[in-house]
Amino acid sequence: MAKPGKLVEWIDSRLPVFTFLNKELRNYPTPKNLNYFWNFGSLAGITLVIMIVSGIFLAMHYDPNADKAFDSVEYIMRNVNYGWFMRYLHANGASVFFIIVYIHMFRGLYYGSYKAPRELLWILGVVILLLMMATAFMGYVLPWGQMSYWGATVITNLFSVFPFGDDIVQWLWGGFSVDSPTLNRFFVLHYLFPFLIVGVVGLHLIALHQHGSNNPLGIEATKADKIPFHPYYTAKDFFGLGILGLVWSYFIFFDPNFFGEPDNYIPANPLVTPAHIVPEWYFLPFYAILRSIPNKLFGVIAMFGAVGILFFLPWLDRSPVRSARFRPIFKWVFWTFIIDCFILGIVGAHTPDHIYVKLGGLSNQLLGQLTTAYYFAFFFALVPLLGRFEKPRALPTSFCILLALSGPLYATEASTPPSENWSFQGSTGTFDRTDLQHGFQVFQNVCSTCHSLHQLRFRDLAGLGYSPEEIKAIAADHKIPTLNDEGEPTERLALPTDSIPGPYKNEKAARAANNGAFPPDLSLITKARMGGADYVYALLTGYEQTPPREVQLSLGMSYNPIFPGGQIAMLPPLSEGLVTYDDGSKPSVENMAKDVVTFLAWAAEPEMEARKRMGIRVLIYFLVFTALMYFVMKVVWARVR
Amino acid sequence: MTDAPSSPTRRDFLMLTTGAVGAAGAACFAWPFLDSMNPAADVLAQSTVDVDLAAIPEGQAITVVWRGKPVFVRHRTVAEIEEARKTPLSNLIDPESDQARVKEKHEPWLIVVGICTHLGCIPTGNKAMESRGQYGGWACPCHGSLYDTSGRVRRGPAPLNLAVPPYIFLTDTVIRIGAEEKAHG
Repeated sequence: MAKPGKLVEWIDSRLPVFTFLNKELRNYPTPKNLNYFWNFGSLAGITLVIMIVSGIFLAMHYDPNADKAFDSVEYIMRNVNYGWFMRYLHANGASVFFIIVYIHMFRGLYYGSYKAPRELLWILGVVILLLMMATAFMGYVLPWGQMSYWGATVITNLFSVFPFGDDIVQWLWGGFSVDSPTLNRFFVLHYLFPFLIVGVVGLHLIALHQHGSNNPLGIEATKADKIPFHPYYTAKDFFGLGILGLVWSYFIFFDPNFFGEPDNYIPANPLVTPAHIVPEWYFLPFYAILRSIPNKLFGVIAMFGAVGILFFLPWLDRSPVRSARFRPIFKWVFWTFIIDCFILGIVGAHTPDHIYVKLGGLSNQLLGQLTTAYYFAFFFALVPLLGRFEKPRALPTSFCILLALSGPLYATEASTPPSENWSFQGSTGTFDRTDLQHGFQVFQNVCSTCHSLHQLRFRDLAGLGYSPEEIKAIAADHKIPTLNDEGEPTERLALPTDSIPGPYKNEKAARAANNGAFPPDLSLITKARMGGADYVYALLTGYEQTPPREVQLSLGMSYNPIFPGGQIAMLPPLSEGLVTYDDGSKPSVENMAKDVVTFLAWAAEPEMEARKRMGIRVLIYFLVFTALMYFVMKVVWARVR
Repeated sequence: MTDAPSSPTRRDFLMLTTGAVGAAGAACFAWPFLDSMNPAADVLAQSTVDVDLAAIPEGQAITVVWRGKPVFVRHRTVAEIEEARKTPLSNLIDPESDQARVKEKHEPWLIVVGICTHLGCIPTGNKAMESRGQYGGWACPCHGSLYDTSGRVRRGPAPLNLAVPPYIFLTDTVIRIGAEEKAHG
């Protein structure tokens, strides 16, 4: 084994990479009393790498054009090998990344990691946060759903408060509204910014290694208090990675849309704003601050200020003591600040005129103003004053170990329709094949007279249990417009590779035939509505013959209390015996509704069964890996005391 | 590294197992990304093209697109078939009989993928104006490979005959290219 050693030496004397790695990753002296909160820095780094990798592969299939972006995302979900995995990994990764970074920052705040000599380390961290926010925002625009579009519109309009604001906004858009040029540049910048983040992370690490990690006691660690990074913290970081894998995988495979909004499965529509528009959860506290101030300019300033103030924290806090453990009052102020941030998040998630009945009729507006006031009071009054007047407890001279853990909680408001007992719910649920085929029958006989299903191709029906011959026969019942050899429009029989054609040539024809209403495409309907399958079922079975007296039905409308507003242009679609099931089961309204909803749930997530199967295996893997790493960590750390 | 005094072998076993499990996990994690670059489901499913042969006069050929590639459909003359069949296999770079390259009872119809087996150029000779080379089949403009009336390579640098795609005769005058390959095309 002399040869590799020689080669390493040869390289190292010319390009000292190995010396560098040895010094910074292996021998790097690290305080031995770091608790699990110090895991989050390395977890953030790993997450960044995974986000970049998954993003690069997604970008190979994505199409940043307003006409194609939404469909190209669905194309990734349905056609690209493991496309659904990459997209759910990436989409949930954004939330995971922010959870990690927020914990990392609160840890720095609690233990005073921003104080001399680590001011620049902290400031670089805030720069990373800002870049992350910009990246996350632009990434959220790319699927080009309703939330993407209106999020982009609202956020870019923030810049209109500045001098020459309208010109700035037009410049950002590349037009007079958010459109293809905006989408294309956001895509390019969304691809670029992560590499800027990598650069700043490099600086962040250089700054970190200059003086080494802070520690839970906040005192300078002596040489005796330090241990080499490897194997102690490599083992601990890999253990942390196992936990991260478990949490992240759970969301990817079993609740992939937990952090998302149903409205984002509706294609962007510049003419209709969703009823309840909220940013992603990680922006909610800042969004709440924006809304709490009843003046456009000052609201925007306050929102940017809420992040910007972090740059000045090292100089706002003059306390000579770093760790909150030895600051009896700051400790309480800190936890109150955390709670305040959570309440701001809740405020941001609710509509501005929401009233908290359980809190004695407290209005969301007032709660937002109180918590905003506390947010700024923390930085401008409490931190500076405590630095001056608080009497810290006596600092120890040596180390001891303390572990603590807490996780964030996020509340969202949703009106839930009664939940049915679906065959496909739960972590192992699968679609009932009979229900699926019956549901498809109902769709063909009933729904398809008005609704399209254009994300689905005939060949996808193999997932319902149909044979290739049956699929060919089903396809051949449909016609696809094409051109003949003379260039004249004509029609041909559909092939299994064709998308299922809709009943109308275009949206105008659909509206003309339906009293001005547009029957939505049903490919994603159970993902695109709050309540999902339960909502669609409740809607189909929720028609009432006679509306309540106070409801004035417009011409051609039907009354359905499940539908927002109660008036729906769709006539009651199901009636007893509308289809004949070949296995003789009873075509009651309830059965038909259940079957067709099962079918639509499958149409929205044809990958679901494969996803759950893969998820079980991945979770088992991470359980084993985490358990093994736990023992490795214990064995390695047995030598330290 | 100094070993702890207690049971170094059990410790080594734990380390090696964990390392192996970690490495296996990393490899499995890489697979979805690599596989995502393979042809997507809809591309794989674009498997068949139907071609009406009735419109192709004897001695001529057409080009159809199948899976993004040109496919030459050639209506051979009796002389051309004769020519192909009497060539001894020993004269060929990639020996293959003409019978093996066409369907029985449909000998006039030669269907080959129109991509030179050297480096992927499209040989000339499918259109009436173009040169078919001295063997009467196709001639590659890039590096001079020549093919005969059975689409077999007769002069290099191409190493292999023009590939015969999977196809079936639906009727005497309609073929479906790609039909044998995928169950639900």
